[in-house]
Parts: sequence; structure tokens; C-alpha cells
Amino acid sequence: MEFDLHMALVILAAAVATFATRIGGYILITRMKSIPPRMEAALNAVPAAVLTTLVAPAFFIGGWESKLALIVALFVGLRISHTWMLVAAWAVVMGWRYTIGA
Amino acid sequence: MNRADFVEGLRGGSAVALASAPFGALFGALAVENGMSLSEVAFMSATVYAGASQMVGIELFGQNVHAWLIVLSILAVNFRHVLYSAALARYIGHFTPLQKFFTFFLLVDPQFAEAVKRSEAGKPLTFAWYFGFGIIIYIPWVLISVAGGMLGGFIGNPKAIGLDILLPAYFLGIVLGFRKRDNFLPVALVSAVASVVAYRYVGSPWHVSLGAAAGIALAALLPLPREVPDLEADALQSEVHEV
Repeated sequence: MEFDLHMALVILAAAVATFATRIGGYILITRMKSIPPRMEAALNAVPAAVLTTLVAPAFFIGGWESKLALIVALFVGLRISHTWMLVAAWAVVMGWRYTIGA
Repeated sequence: MNRADFVEGLRGGSAVALASAPFGALFGALAVENGMSLSEVAFMSATVYAGASQMVGIELFGQNVHAWLIVLSILAVNFRHVLYSAALARYIGHFTPLQKFFTFFLLVDPQFAEAVKRSEAGKPLTFAWYFGFGIIIYIPWVLISVAGGMLGGFIGNPKAIGLDILLPAYFLGIVLGFRKRDNFLPVALVSAVASVVAYRYVGSPWHVSLGAAAGIALAALLPLPREVPDLEADALQSEVHEV
């Protein structure tokens, strides 16, 4: 159970960054009256834009079972719930690998 | 501290703790699978304490990505918290500086949503309630992520049991959680195309920053919407899959 110093420092930096976001709005709002609307629109788009870059290449490079699983997960997520998305994606991948093969 | 408020907070938070437990366990298992040790899993859950960004972290650790880009990506995923803490400001003016420190440290999506709901229902937002609500989510989150890591250590080939699909499916779920926001579809589409093109022609890890930059730039350039974003709905939406 080793504790890598480099990894620990990256985690610590991530923790500081996260805390900065959690206190940053408070500090901003108590100092300035409002955020410029275009900046707010850009900030609003940040999470969707970042997370999409983690899904799209996985879909692009993944095998057919992964592509199908993500498509099924998309529909389950739109209709049912996010927890069931994981179950559906997993079931498709496992079903494919144990019937058609990896 | 008001004991009744603290207990009420514990009760409310325990439901969130229960709902987020599977994701804590999943984080631990995938983190160990991506090469983290159990002590690093515990350290990350205890200090970062933000489900989605912890998942982003382990995804990028496994790809030999520069440290600054990992931190930047985590910062980006947690950027919504800037809006949460700004919105919370009007309710916590009476907290002491130390109480504010804990308030912001524990500020995860459901915590924000419930705190705003409580304030808007006319109940005073006491630190006792807030701390009870937060601590009953925080402690299990750390413990269960380590337990998940222990289980993950037993797993041989992640592909054989379908673990490899869970991370992209998890991220897809969080992306969908933002689908009610203005310009969601054009932003997501542009980021998707840009990240795939960057992945193909520039290479990982640059697809993350280039893809995200394309989507964010588009959002800044598109015509401005009239309404303000419904933060509380966002926060509640992410309750099921995130701490």
C-alpha cells in the first residue's frame, strides 16, 4: 500500500482547486455585484463541455459493444434514471462479450 | 450547537449518504483498477470530496496526463460550485469564519440543494443542521470508497467483468444532468466533435482541453439567454450520481 508523493501532491492540488471553487463564488459575490453575462454563459457551459470530452473519445475508440452500450445508456438516461444507465451499459457490454465475443 | 437541528441534519443527510454509497464504492474500485493505492483512494476522497471530479482524476491519472491538466480538469468539473457558494452567501452571513470553512468544504451538490430548499422554506439555516447533514455524507463517502478499493483489488481483468464501460457511462450520466441548461446541445456536440478530432490528430490528453475550449467558446459566442440558470434543479439532478 504505497503512497506516491507525486500522486499525493496532485491530489492535494486537486483538493485545493476544488475548495477554491467552493469558496470562490462567496468571495466574488461579497466583493463584486454581478458576473458579466457572457462570462456567466461560458461558466455555465464548462461542466458539460469538459465531461463530453471524456465520453466522446471513449465512444470513438471503443469496440462495437462499447458504442452500443453508450447509445443504450443515453436512452435509459433520458427516460429512466442515471443509476440505471450504468446498469444498462454494463448489461449490454457483458451480454455482447459473453454471446458474440469481445 | 443546536442538538435538534444537528439530528435533523443527520437524518436528512443519511438519505444522500445511502444514495451516493454505490458511487463511492465504484470510485474506489475503479481507482484501484487505474493504479491507485488504498491510502491514495482514502486521501483523495477525504480531501477532494467531489464524486464526478474524483472520477475525472482517476480517468486522467491512468493516461499519463500532465499534473496541471488533471488539476485544471478537476477545477473545470467543479466549476459549478462557484455558483453554489455565491448563491449560498446570503444565507450564511451569520456563520463564524471557521464555520464558513467547513460549510464550503462540505459543499457538494445535494448539500447545496437541501440548504437552499430549507432556507427558502423559511427555516433558519443553522450551522448545526448544515454540519450534521454534511458530516453524515462525508464520513461514509471516505469509508465506502476505501471498501470499494479493497473489493476492486480482487478484480483481475476489468474487461472480463465489464468494468471498463462504467466510467464513460458515468460521465455520460453527468453530462445528461446538465441537459436543461441553455445551449446544452450545441455545446455538447461541438465539444464531442472537437475532442474526437483532437484525440485523432493531436492526441491524448489534449483532447480534453481542446474539446472543452471549443464548447466553452461557443457558449460565450452564442446569443445570450434571458433566464437565470436553475441552480437548485441542477444540484438536485446530480444528487443520484454524485456526492
